[in-house]
Amino acid sequence: MTVHTDIDRTMTDRGTPERTSTQTVTLEIDGIEVTVPAGTSLMRAASLAGIQVPKLCATDSLEAFGSCRLCLVEIDGRRGTPASCTTLAENGLKVWTQNDRLAKLRRGVMELYISDHPLDCLTCAANGDCELQDMAGAVGLREVRYGYDGANHLGQAKDESNPYFTFDPSKCIVCSRCVRACEEVQGTFALTIDERGFASHVSAGMNQDFLDSECVSCGACVQACPTATLMEKSVIKHGTPERSVITTCAYCGVGCSFEAELQGNRVVRMTPYKDGKANHGHSCVKGRFAWGYASHKERITKPMIRKSITEPWNEVSWDEAINYAASEFKRIQQKYGRGSIGGITSSRCTNEETYLVQKMIRAAFHNNNVDTCARVCHSPTGYGLATAFGTSAGTQDFDSVTDADVMLVCGANPTDAHPVFASRMKKRLREGAKLIVIDPRRIDLVRTPHVEAQYHLPLKPGTNVAMINALAHTILTENLQNQKFIDERVDTDDFRTWADFIRRPVNSPEAMEKITGVPAADVRAAARLFAKGPNSAIYYGLGVTEHSQGSTMVMGIANLAMLCGMLGRRGVGVNPLRGQNNVQGACDMGSFPHEYAGYRHVSDDSTRLLFENDWGVKLDPEPGLRIPNMFDSAIDKTFMGIYVQGEDIAQSDPNTKHVQAALSSMECVVVQDLFLNETALYAHVFLPGSSFLEKDGTFTNAERRINRVRKAVPPAPGLADWEVTMKLSEALGYKMNYTHPSEIMDEIARLTLGFRNVSYDFLDKVGSVQWPCNDTVPDGSPIMHINGFARGKGKMELTEYVPTEERTTHRFPLILTTGRILSQYNVGAQTRRTDNSIWHQQDVLEIHPHDAEFRGIRNGDHVAVISRAGETSMTAIVSERMQPGVVYTTFHFPESGANVVTTENSDWATGCPEYKVTAVEIRPTNRSSEWQEEYSDFKEKALRIGDPKVAAE
Amino acid sequence: MHDGNTHLVKMANDISNFFRLRPEEQAVAGTANHIKRFWDPRMRAKMTEHLAHGGEGLNPIALKACQQVCKAAASA
Repeated sequence: MTVHTDIDRTMTDRGTPERTSTQTVTLEIDGIEVTVPAGTSLMRAASLAGIQVPKLCATDSLEAFGSCRLCLVEIDGRRGTPASCTTLAENGLKVWTQNDRLAKLRRGVMELYISDHPLDCLTCAANGDCELQDMAGAVGLREVRYGYDGANHLGQAKDESNPYFTFDPSKCIVCSRCVRACEEVQGTFALTIDERGFASHVSAGMNQDFLDSECVSCGACVQACPTATLMEKSVIKHGTPERSVITTCAYCGVGCSFEAELQGNRVVRMTPYKDGKANHGHSCVKGRFAWGYASHKERITKPMIRKSITEPWNEVSWDEAINYAASEFKRIQQKYGRGSIGGITSSRCTNEETYLVQKMIRAAFHNNNVDTCARVCHSPTGYGLATAFGTSAGTQDFDSVTDADVMLVCGANPTDAHPVFASRMKKRLREGAKLIVIDPRRIDLVRTPHVEAQYHLPLKPGTNVAMINALAHTILTENLQNQKFIDERVDTDDFRTWADFIRRPVNSPEAMEKITGVPAADVRAAARLFAKGPNSAIYYGLGVTEHSQGSTMVMGIANLAMLCGMLGRRGVGVNPLRGQNNVQGACDMGSFPHEYAGYRHVSDDSTRLLFENDWGVKLDPEPGLRIPNMFDSAIDKTFMGIYVQGEDIAQSDPNTKHVQAALSSMECVVVQDLFLNETALYAHVFLPGSSFLEKDGTFTNAERRINRVRKAVPPAPGLADWEVTMKLSEALGYKMNYTHPSEIMDEIARLTLGFRNVSYDFLDKVGSVQWPCNDTVPDGSPIMHINGFARGKGKMELTEYVPTEERTTHRFPLILTTGRILSQYNVGAQTRRTDNSIWHQQDVLEIHPHDAEFRGIRNGDHVAVISRAGETSMTAIVSERMQPGVVYTTFHFPESGANVVTTENSDWATGCPEYKVTAVEIRPTNRSSEWQEEYSDFKEKALRIGDPKVAAE
Repeated sequence: MHDGNTHLVKMANDISNFFRLRPEEQAVAGTANHIKRFWDPRMRAKMTEHLAHGGEGLNPIALKACQQVCKAAASA
């Protein structure tokens, strides 16, 4: 694989998609013999033989369409000139792609196209990057005999409603590539060809603007367009890029590969990388377009310090900031003890940076007070899957979905939170796979064009375990389990005990109906569908983990997969959809207070010795504090200093007032970030961070795929994050000596068996690899647990349903559950600083019409949201997506204070907060909450940056 | 009960609830082991102090588990 690519993608476009038949056919094209899988088109076969057949409507990301008539060929013994894109290769064919007759036909076709196309090539945004222009050249078009005066489509108004791309109908050749991309690749069906013949044209929605249509701005149409009809505004503004760097998106856990296309050090465009193994050339609105935050005017690029959070910030040199932070940390440790400081690593940062922060904390802070934001999202996944299978990770690769017959989606909203993988799911569902959705809300996947869930089980929030037990009960009592798999793969005693437990009437769908609110008949039917398979895969998200029984539910899911033998091959498996780009990696790298890299407990003497010898320092054998315990200890005055890299705990963690109290009571808060985020309001040292475009490293996505992040431009603050951590560590007395992140990865590989064969050289060679990757599995592990579980026999734990203590009462009669939306990302620090806000300017509260009417709330009203923890206010949207009794909001905007109302209840095993269940009351209001008013005043003061000259005096 | 301990007691009880279907000895061992592996020493110290004041609020499994862990910590 090449790291820097030739930007001209037409050279590698083979015209039609790859076929994978085991049968092959051999034919001759222009006298060259070529052997291809059966089902391959002549166009693709020719391309594989090194012959490019002219084409316009064909591209290998889409099925052949046969409309442009440019790819005509001749076949010996056959009449006419068939289109090479729609004609399949057969044994013994003799095909000719170039002769005078074909050339004349192609010129005739091109002549017609060009007779109705603006001739402004020199000032066109696609100049030099236009397939129409290329083909006009390729077929040798020299004149247009018809003139340009006849009826035409020129001079039409552009649709510039989308913030990221324009649609210029005058330049459209109606090849349908955009329409087909929207259908086949994205699965939204927002585009169509409206009307017929000469009047036919591309229409978004019902002849709407792109922005008003169902378009989700994924960019697939822009990518597919062969002309300047659909064009990125950034390219229109700046011109075509001159170089590109292959890297990995820093948004969600899908981990799409992109080409960062540049002019000098300016990013002009991000295009999804076709050979990216997670995304296969597809993208979503965030990765494709929402990268402008990296050069946003609010980006802080100079280190700053202040003695107290009531003072304005002072810009200082790197050395001064680092030395101040180090001296404060040393002072605090002297005063309050070795365990009084700690740090938080980020799932947004690279593996290498995360590894370095936890190393610094263990080796330079001399304690294990390191945690990561996985604590508040997928820590139950790590705990639950390690318990069941012996590995804290999903069992499959994304491609596995193409073999799934049944998908069970539980507590995940893939079309919003993991859009590129959702497109893969939808494609498979359109091909006929069946769908079960377990979710309190009717998420988009339940009913979307050409996809409809067989069963949507709209359970009450907080009753997941009741549901999973009812499903397992049905399968076992109806004798639908895969006994052979159980006998071979599951611990016999565990299974017997578990079977006795799950068979109890209390776990039956009929008994659980009172708890979940879902009709028993639907649960039974869904269980039968899942058990029947043949290949049933489970996909889940934070709707599973962020509960008081998050870990129990993960184990329940693992039990269900084991019960039906849905593990160890393609099309099945337990698939946690990770929220952030590097959640998996942050966990793998040992950012937990009880575990080193590779999930080895700090109390394990041989592991500790391994790290002590390698790092040359004595390590603490006791577990450190988890994030929520850090807050509690801060209030107890035993935890007084923290280093936070790339996290915004003040916005993302539950019970905001508690978090604010904890941060306010600390004596030194060091924040390393791109922006003065909410946590920075409480900080004493601000270390400017580098964006994913500005550094080298790796991210590990939800399928355990280690993907390279490559530096496209220099770090805006002068230093990349890993260099800053090194400096801080040195100032604290523990020197690190890395000259490049590749050396950090070499250390990780040296000390972690699952990463043993991973190196930057290897990744440059193979593109990406899924861990484990070592001498036993040198090519990595797309599917895990093929012949046995990592822990030996699978462990089926008893998963008793224990209701959360967060109960509804007459004072708090509704349940609030939280989630994300497509256009915004988590705390919104990045997406709020892009044009994505055009789709979602504020967090809103979704409420069912009955609940709204009962309270006199109309659509668009301002409402107060009150829980036992606090009160905030926001705009209400009345929606039947909600079930009565349940309300929903997102947490992308700090001022909406979604986490002011969430409570401190948490998963019993990992402390992962119970974001998904908060008892609330909603009532109309005409003012902001007290918290919102205080916050607004405080924020204004806390963001002040002093005049550097005044500060120096 | 001292306010700062309420949360700790709830955490211990929540852990024990996962193990409560097992025979008591296993349930206590499971709970104790979990606390040992995941609680920072200061949390265990705080629990030790809470136990010294009678261990109010802890359910029987959590109480026995905490006594086990904290006894082991005290004798270490």
